[in-house]
Amino acid sequence: MIPATFSYARPTTIDEAIALLTKHGSGAKVLAGGHSLLPAMKLRLAQPEVLIDIGRIAGLNTIAERDGRVVIGTMATHAEIESSALVARACPLLGQVAARIGDAQVRNRGTIGGSLVHADPGADFPAAILALDAELRLASPRGSRSVKAAAFFEAMMQTVVQPDELLFEITVPKTATSAAYVKSEQKASGFAICGVAAIVDAQAKTVAVGVTGVASKPYRATAVEAALRGRALTPDAVAAAAALAANGVEPLGDIHASPEYRAHLAAVNTKRAILKAVAQG
Amino acid sequence: MTQTIRVRINGTAREHAVEPRLLLVHYLREVCGLTGTHIGCETSICGACTVLVDGKAVKSCTMLAVQADGSDVTTIEGLARNGSLHPVQEGFWECHGLQCGYCTPGMIMAGVEILQRHARPTREQIAEGLKGNLCRCTGYVHIIDAIERAAGARRAERGVGGDLKW
Repeated sequence: MIPATFSYARPTTIDEAIALLTKHGSGAKVLAGGHSLLPAMKLRLAQPEVLIDIGRIAGLNTIAERDGRVVIGTMATHAEIESSALVARACPLLGQVAARIGDAQVRNRGTIGGSLVHADPGADFPAAILALDAELRLASPRGSRSVKAAAFFEAMMQTVVQPDELLFEITVPKTATSAAYVKSEQKASGFAICGVAAIVDAQAKTVAVGVTGVASKPYRATAVEAALRGRALTPDAVAAAAALAANGVEPLGDIHASPEYRAHLAAVNTKRAILKAVAQG
Repeated sequence: MTQTIRVRINGTAREHAVEPRLLLVHYLREVCGLTGTHIGCETSICGACTVLVDGKAVKSCTMLAVQADGSDVTTIEGLARNGSLHPVQEGFWECHGLQCGYCTPGMIMAGVEILQRHARPTREQIAEGLKGNLCRCTGYVHIIDAIERAAGARRAERGVGGDLKW
């Protein structure tokens, strides 16, 4: 399997990358770790004329603390996020999710930015960034803008990122340890058939639940969150609320799981994720 | 249009003009003649093509040769030193960690990275580290034995109380 021909550019600054994107428009694709794009190119599902490799832009994989938030550069690999001491301390959910992606080799190359922009419905990070209310920062010739995670995903493999925009960092609030990610995966690829990220705020008596793998785009399980607001998180209350985890969504069906099974997993994994988060609090 | 890349492979500096679409695995096998790295599924699943790029295990079917420009690449051919097998290779030999052998180069390279991450890995850590490598013959038990043995051998080599002697 060999990709179609393309020309290759390797900018060394974000500005240079934006200039290339502006010049080549929708004929160009950004190459981050390549673990979503290259497989698509080998299958000729993607045939960009120009590939803009952002892998050598200095500082794009930085993981740091800024203004009370954790800032993750778009090129940070899953392995770097998984092993980051800062992530473990300040936003452990992201580290937990990173550790469950694919396999060791995939985590060594795959990046958070690449995964988010590719927006595969079975990708893991979307569940976490939705539950965390992450902000995604996009650079373009018009400057930069921030997009809330809830507004980022438009449809299957579609986000709000425009052809001349580059996702350059993701920022998340510092969060307590009361968070968990529970996933049922497709064994060969590791993609989520249903992945649920839950964050429990015991003081505010709220939960946040992000679900990936179930529908054509990841979503917040708002019915579950509403049912548990202000409530004591007893196993019975959590189970009753979790039954609403696929409310209002149209579950996907494929050779790995029927829509009914995905909806079932959404309820089961939501219950488990919330109870696991409670147990960690 | 070709692109000139400079890559250090198993300690030897190489320079080639390659098409940007050339995959690293094809570069290693067809341009450099290093056919020890195998092509299995070509879809990032099976891990037969695993090599180390700057010390990290990667699936070379899911990386362009141009992305490796400036990097250090280690393939199965680069593990033995002065005629002595690497402890992980030795482990596969001693524990019969293979049957048909097709997945073996990738398994060994993944095993090398597991030992970089965990000096004394548990069997669970070894299995987790091999999640991206498929073997259709062995049932994995002997492969895990082989890497476990290599961990002991390495400790013995360093004189830190390895529990395997030979």
